[in-house]
Amino acid sequence: MEFLSYLISGLSLGSVYALIALGYTMVYGIAKMLNFAHGDVIMIGGYVSFIAMNSAGLPAGVAILLAVLVCTVLGVLIEGLAYKPLREATSLAVLITAIGVSYFLQNAAQLIWGANPVSYTPVITGTVSLAGGKLNISIVSIVTIIACIVIMICLQLFISKGKIGKAMRACSEDKGAAQLMGINVNRTISITFAIGSALAAIAGVLLCSAYPTLMPTTGSMPGIKAFTAAVFGGIGSVPGAFIGGLLLGIIESLTKAYISTQLANSIVFAVLIIVLLFRPVGILGKKISEKV
Amino acid sequence: MKKKLLSILLASAVAATTFVGCGSQTSGGTKEEGGSTAQTSEGDSETTEGTEGDSASAEGAFKIGAIGPLTGEAAIYGTAVVNGAQIAVDEINALGGDIQFELKGEDDVNDAETSVNAYNNLLDWGMQFLVGTTTSTPCVAVAAEAYADRVFMITPSGSSVAVVEGKDNVFQVCFTDPNQGKASADYIAENIPGEKIAVIYKNDDVYSQGIRDVFKEEADAKGLEVVYEGTFTTDTATDFSVQLTAAQAAGATLIFLPIYYQPASIILSQADSMGYEPTWFGVDGMDGILTMPGFDTSLAEGVMLLTPFSADAEDERTQNFVATYKEQYGDTPNQFAADAYDAVYTIYESIKASGVTPDMSTEEICEATIPVMTQITVDGLTSEGMTWDASGEVSKSPRAVVIKDGVYVTP
Repeated sequence: MEFLSYLISGLSLGSVYALIALGYTMVYGIAKMLNFAHGDVIMIGGYVSFIAMNSAGLPAGVAILLAVLVCTVLGVLIEGLAYKPLREATSLAVLITAIGVSYFLQNAAQLIWGANPVSYTPVITGTVSLAGGKLNISIVSIVTIIACIVIMICLQLFISKGKIGKAMRACSEDKGAAQLMGINVNRTISITFAIGSALAAIAGVLLCSAYPTLMPTTGSMPGIKAFTAAVFGGIGSVPGAFIGGLLLGIIESLTKAYISTQLANSIVFAVLIIVLLFRPVGILGKKISEKV
Repeated sequence: MKKKLLSILLASAVAATTFVGCGSQTSGGTKEEGGSTAQTSEGDSETTEGTEGDSASAEGAFKIGAIGPLTGEAAIYGTAVVNGAQIAVDEINALGGDIQFELKGEDDVNDAETSVNAYNNLLDWGMQFLVGTTTSTPCVAVAAEAYADRVFMITPSGSSVAVVEGKDNVFQVCFTDPNQGKASADYIAENIPGEKIAVIYKNDDVYSQGIRDVFKEEADAKGLEVVYEGTFTTDTATDFSVQLTAAQAAGATLIFLPIYYQPASIILSQADSMGYEPTWFGVDGMDGILTMPGFDTSLAEGVMLLTPFSADAEDERTQNFVATYKEQYGDTPNQFAADAYDAVYTIYESIKASGVTPDMSTEEICEATIPVMTQITVDGLTSEGMTWDASGEVSKSPRAVVIKDGVYVTP
């Protein structure tokens, strides 16, 4: 019975990682850049919804919508101001810029909202009791898992079926050729960032509801873990991010339960190293063979 | 070319904004400082007018530096320390005696390196006594510097043993981590026996690890049953459901939390959503949980903690202190403010006992005050009759309080 509860803890932690990893992997898959500011957009989403609910007294649904809206605009702005001018620059320059944006957001949040941690009011509360109260699952975990699956399927459909999705895939394969075919590369990448940031807002609300604390650095550690999950599952692959996130959460939680709480992180990252040794592209990553 | 220009512009904009970030952070700190120095200089000029011609030393005031996190995760502690020290300084200056103080607070963001920088800034300013630092990890780093430089140092709340160990010039107002662990185990053994105990602690933090080690030792010695121990680190401080499930599975009826209030707030809320209701027992790091923005204080109902200071205490001195603090800073003071207040009074007593004067060098003052520290007795807000031994550890009696309807009450 305890095993089941550990598994559920792992699943709910993993689904938060997966939700964040979806944003990472989508931006990477299409724009071919690591948006390290993703975790901080999550934090902004958390703060926007917190303020909407606690200071403005808006209902949770409106607060989530507002967070999605603000984050989407923010994502497009970041892309337009910080990444677009570097489109032709080396990938290292873009990476460093992304780290800069991440610090910028953290410091800006500290200036605006202060550094003290606040206690987040969960948008969804309550637990489901199974097996005569021996097994408690919080509803927010269930919602997170469902949201994660729904978003994953929608994203997959969007990318593989729609016209914009096709444009995205084209940009991902070859930006130059896509442009020659009449695809507006800049607009496509902006749309990618808009979707990624909207996902970040939802992830922010769910992250803060499951683990109810919020401060300017809230997004950074889950962000790094989610990035790891995305690499684990095969960066650029949407189902890979989902699987990677869940596995990471479950490994972390079972390690804490059965091996040692002290070794949890070491073991998680050791597993990552082993997987990458045998499958350098991650679990579901595509092997790209280059013709010489 | 245009693109290059644009990117340079952007890069400098990002750099500039980052600097602005830092700049205003420190300016937040200097605002504090500015505020406090302004206050003291006001106090100074008043008293100088009052005691003009009385004595030569009146024109020179002792310079006290205070260091703590004024921004960042632990800002609540550092702010309390600077504010509490300021109230004591104002009180002593208002007495108009020969001993006058000037206080300057510096921000260390709870970071050891920043803390040493803050310490060096204060030395440049001419600091003669150091009240600080506030949190344990930076305190160990600064104590090593202060020992080498021979600066008299009294920390209100740096409770790790490593802070005072082997340093004759460093003293503590708070009880040490081992003392907290020992006192907690003793209290549980005496007052709530027969509980099955789980401990959840932060093993990358010297404060938490220190308390846990001695708690475990004392618990074993007293025959307390510790059924589960779980750890977490800064990186894994978001999810505690595994530790809580394991504690529940092990049958724990009391959970000992030798940690700060921020992770504790998550633990309380997650246990609540699991429907797990053990007795919670915390230490002084738990102090502050009730004033955390957005925190549902009903979650902390029944939490017990050891703290030497309770704002509800009925003695006149505490009442006055709480009233002044509320009036000046709009908040109820916590234990850290009271510790800092006591630290300033301890310095005051040591000056009276050793007869040092403000024109003496920092080093001379340090050497003259060390021997008297083991002789003086200070009645403070946090304890009556505090005394020190040569190790720098304080001897005082911790008190247990329980949270009821959002306030501390004596059980």
